[in-house]
Amino acid sequence: MSHFEPWTRERAAAIIAEFAGTKGATMPILHEIQHAFGFVPEAAIPMIADALNLSRAEVYGTVTFYHEFRHELPGRHVVRLCRAEACQSMGGDALAERAEKRLGIKLGETTPDRRVTLEPIYCLGLCATAPSAQVDDRMVGRLTESKLDAILTEAQS
Amino acid sequence: MSLVHEIDYGTKKSKSEKMVTLTIDGSEITVPEGTSIMRAAMEMGTTIPKLCATDMLESFGSCRLCLVEIEGRAGTPASCTTPVAPGIVVHTQSDRLHTIRKGVMELYISDHPLDCLTCSANGDCELQDMAGAVGLREVRYGMDNLSHFDKASDLFLPKDESNPYFTYDPAKCIVCNRCVRACEEVQGTFALTIEGRGFGSRVSPGMFEPFLESECVSCGACVQACPTATLQEKSVIEIGTPEHSVVTTCAYCGVGCSFKAEMSGDKLVRMVPYKDGKANEGHSCVKGRFAYGYATHKDRKLKPMIRAKITDPWQEVTWEEAINHAASEFKRIQAQYGRDAVGGITSSRCTNEETYLVQKLIRAAFGTNNVDTCARVCHSPTGYGLSVTLGTSAGTQTFASVSESDVILVIGANPTDAHPVFGSRMKARIREGAKLIVADPRSIDLVKSPHVLADYHLQLKPGANVAFINAMAHVVVTEGLVNEQYVRERCDLAEFESWARFIAEERNSPEASESITGIPAQKLRAAARLYATGGNAAIYYGLGVTEHSQGSTMVMGMANLAMATGNIGREGVGINPLRGQNNVQGSCDMGSFPHELPGYRHVSDDATREMFESMWGRPLSSEPGLRIPNMLDEALAKRFMGIYIQGEDIVQSDPDAQHVAAGLEAMECVVIQDIFINETAKYAHVFLPGTSFLEKDGTFTNAERRINRVRKVMAPLPGYADWEVTIMLAKALGYEMNYAHPGEIMDEVARLTPTFAGVSYDLLDKVGSVQWPCNEAAPLGTPLMHVDRFVRGKGRFMMTEFVPTDERTTAKFPLVLTTGRILAHYNVGAQTRRTDNTAWHPEDILEIHPFDAENRGLRDGDLVAIQSRVGEVSLRAKISERMQPGVVYTTFHHPVTGANVITTEFSDWATNCPEYKVTAVQVRKTNGPSYWQEKFMEEDISLTRILDAAE
Repeated sequence: MSHFEPWTRERAAAIIAEFAGTKGATMPILHEIQHAFGFVPEAAIPMIADALNLSRAEVYGTVTFYHEFRHELPGRHVVRLCRAEACQSMGGDALAERAEKRLGIKLGETTPDRRVTLEPIYCLGLCATAPSAQVDDRMVGRLTESKLDAILTEAQS
Repeated sequence: MSLVHEIDYGTKKSKSEKMVTLTIDGSEITVPEGTSIMRAAMEMGTTIPKLCATDMLESFGSCRLCLVEIEGRAGTPASCTTPVAPGIVVHTQSDRLHTIRKGVMELYISDHPLDCLTCSANGDCELQDMAGAVGLREVRYGMDNLSHFDKASDLFLPKDESNPYFTYDPAKCIVCNRCVRACEEVQGTFALTIEGRGFGSRVSPGMFEPFLESECVSCGACVQACPTATLQEKSVIEIGTPEHSVVTTCAYCGVGCSFKAEMSGDKLVRMVPYKDGKANEGHSCVKGRFAYGYATHKDRKLKPMIRAKITDPWQEVTWEEAINHAASEFKRIQAQYGRDAVGGITSSRCTNEETYLVQKLIRAAFGTNNVDTCARVCHSPTGYGLSVTLGTSAGTQTFASVSESDVILVIGANPTDAHPVFGSRMKARIREGAKLIVADPRSIDLVKSPHVLADYHLQLKPGANVAFINAMAHVVVTEGLVNEQYVRERCDLAEFESWARFIAEERNSPEASESITGIPAQKLRAAARLYATGGNAAIYYGLGVTEHSQGSTMVMGMANLAMATGNIGREGVGINPLRGQNNVQGSCDMGSFPHELPGYRHVSDDATREMFESMWGRPLSSEPGLRIPNMLDEALAKRFMGIYIQGEDIVQSDPDAQHVAAGLEAMECVVIQDIFINETAKYAHVFLPGTSFLEKDGTFTNAERRINRVRKVMAPLPGYADWEVTIMLAKALGYEMNYAHPGEIMDEVARLTPTFAGVSYDLLDKVGSVQWPCNEAAPLGTPLMHVDRFVRGKGRFMMTEFVPTDERTTAKFPLVLTTGRILAHYNVGAQTRRTDNTAWHPEDILEIHPFDAENRGLRDGDLVAIQSRVGEVSLRAKISERMQPGVVYTTFHHPVTGANVITTEFSDWATNCPEYKVTAVQVRKTNGPSYWQEKFMEEDISLTRILDAAE
């Protein structure tokens, strides 16, 4: 049911090979891996290290530094609510609480049916349209209660 | 005595020659441009508080404790990352700085357990020192919130005690990054990282693995860098902090690292690498840093023992009885079989002074030149090959020279395992951009590991070295890459011309030798061009060069290549043997070879001999004596019947072990001086307990010709140091040697040997170490050789015709076995096997390529029999892509493996150095130990029994 691909070493190797020749390849590879599999599987770390001639410690350090990179498979859809200062000042707190209540989970959790993962994010760079959110790859600005409800309904379907 | 205190300047020394004057706290100081303000302050004696800075590492600027004020500049810059500038006025203390520092410390301490009194770093903790230095008196933030040390906290992690030598206690960590940076910058392994970010950050080995399972090589750099008890030696946790220390030299490999032996009374608490040690500059490896436990292992035999037959149990006797028994046996044998029926072997593990005495005893007291040493089986071709081409039997550079190299050519050496501290230097240079060519049958770590990638891996076939080096030289000569001016000025032209004609012949081309070397011709050509044109090109090589039937030829071939391209005589170039044993260079220098007196002077040279005769008071033989293999052959012919072996285990280390054992069994008196009942002692009649490097004074000479002091830190456990025992034996033989201290022995060496003329313990104590030649012309030694001219005058090109070894693969023995070492163990393993280093390498294994494994139906971990023309042993197989098809590999660290049961008697044509690196073998699946191994296990008991005093 997930739109993410199932983990295979072959697919990971292909992604790594695509970027391995470029400078500073770690980040593009990690993004692409997460895009394909929904998270950065632990098994990918030694593969990236080997391809880029890094230690697995270094790649692990990079992966864990960024909250962006997930360590587990998320739900089918990922809803991220901006929790940074600008969005908070525009009512973000209440929206976050509303989302938690509607989905019956806390920020950072996935619904038991594995349809939706709700994540906090600290600034999407959309302060001008605060409060903001991200639904999978789509950005949403000027969030209201009804807009949020619509997003969640869509994600749950 | 007290602890040897080393100043931590906080940041590295600047290499700039331009000087800058500034004012710090009202005093003017002048320092090289590029120096940090922190270091400049320390140089005038002012310590700026710091936590994340240490002078082994690049500055980092994270702890925010070292802030200073600079007049006219805004803010409070970090003194570790701010370089000095002309005329600036710096204040290291002010009310503002005091407040900031106290605030920073308060935050650090708010997440640190206040258990200083029971902490293992108590008294040796920089966090503790800094809390004191900034005047921290209270922590206002409360300690019972989320923390890393409260067991109830989500962030708490238990101690990682997986490494046998040190613990990792995350509760004490201040995340200063020093360990992570030490692992990267000093060791070059990159095994550590910081996991997470912000308050959740913590040190993680590998992917948050236990240390032992991570990429960590246990070099100890992180432990040394840690300012708290987070990374702490288990020995300190157990014993407590040391109270005095002595600077001495590691007794493992030929790098010769300086260490502070930190003591509590006569108990060794820990070995800490010494920053002023010029070979290692504060770095260490798992062996020198941690694997010293063998010195006090229960297997140490501390009482002299004798027995009539090797099948008898040993009987413990007094020193007097043992010495007198040995002396009377040697006298009897000489009376019965002739003067030359006895001899001895000096030890590359012992000091220069001890080696000198053993060869003196043999030459003067025995009256024969039957003395040899283990260099016979490792670098004898180096001595010969370099001396005929360049004029000296040693490497040309200092270790530090590698930091000036642009192209590094590694041939038959595995520095990251066998010479790890030098390997780290080399890796640091490679990270700076030096090009790397690796010529090795195996994919060693230098071929590919984090931040290291060889530009060319020339995966040659074992036994093809000379064909390979000739092809390299062919490219240089035929493509017009010869440094003609250099050759014209410095080398013998006639020899060069005939060599160039020879090397230019088509049969030496990469294309023609491709089928022999297995190296694609285009790849070899590209590598040769890089070596010849890439700037400073340095050759580093190991036993993969020397331990072949053409070992000496290969050494000459490398010298030819280096001379032809002008790569000898300045920083960053040269030919550098990575010598194996701690004092193998020294044992050769001290006259351990049957044809050479100390200083490599031939025994047939009348003037030299006369000088020694007058000093030693005995006539000396002008005939070269027997080499080790000849001694064994002569024993089987009943012409060589007694031997004195100091600190060497020839049964395990020499080729064709069954032949060695048979030779020893044929002798009537075998005297072994060793710290353990080693394999050779199974065939001995007299056992003289030896002493470790911790129990004596002396010197070791490392692979860069550096003479380092060895200093006694504890009394000799058996009562006498090895040099004293040799003196007693000489006396019992009727030859007096009068030395009160090893320093007097060195004085005698200096008087007799021109290259050592300036060496004395006084000088060594004053300057730390010197590299020979050290004499009137070079009173502080010679770091770099052959600078303006070669030692022999004109550099001499030698003909290097490739002659394949007689050891060929056949249908019956289709694979080539090559042997080597692993990081955790040292040579025959007598020491490291008696330490916790076995955690990394409990047994020798056979590495085999997947293709060869599949052909034989082998799976990873299978027990396999490996059989050569001379013997068979069983060991476990590991399927490995590091091998090339047709080549298998094992180590020889464990006696039961019996790797040398398989190796053959073939050897270097010039020096008899055994051909360990090439043995034709067959490998098949088996289900038990070989016949030899069963016999070994039986004899391990039957030939080592000691008579119980009660019996």
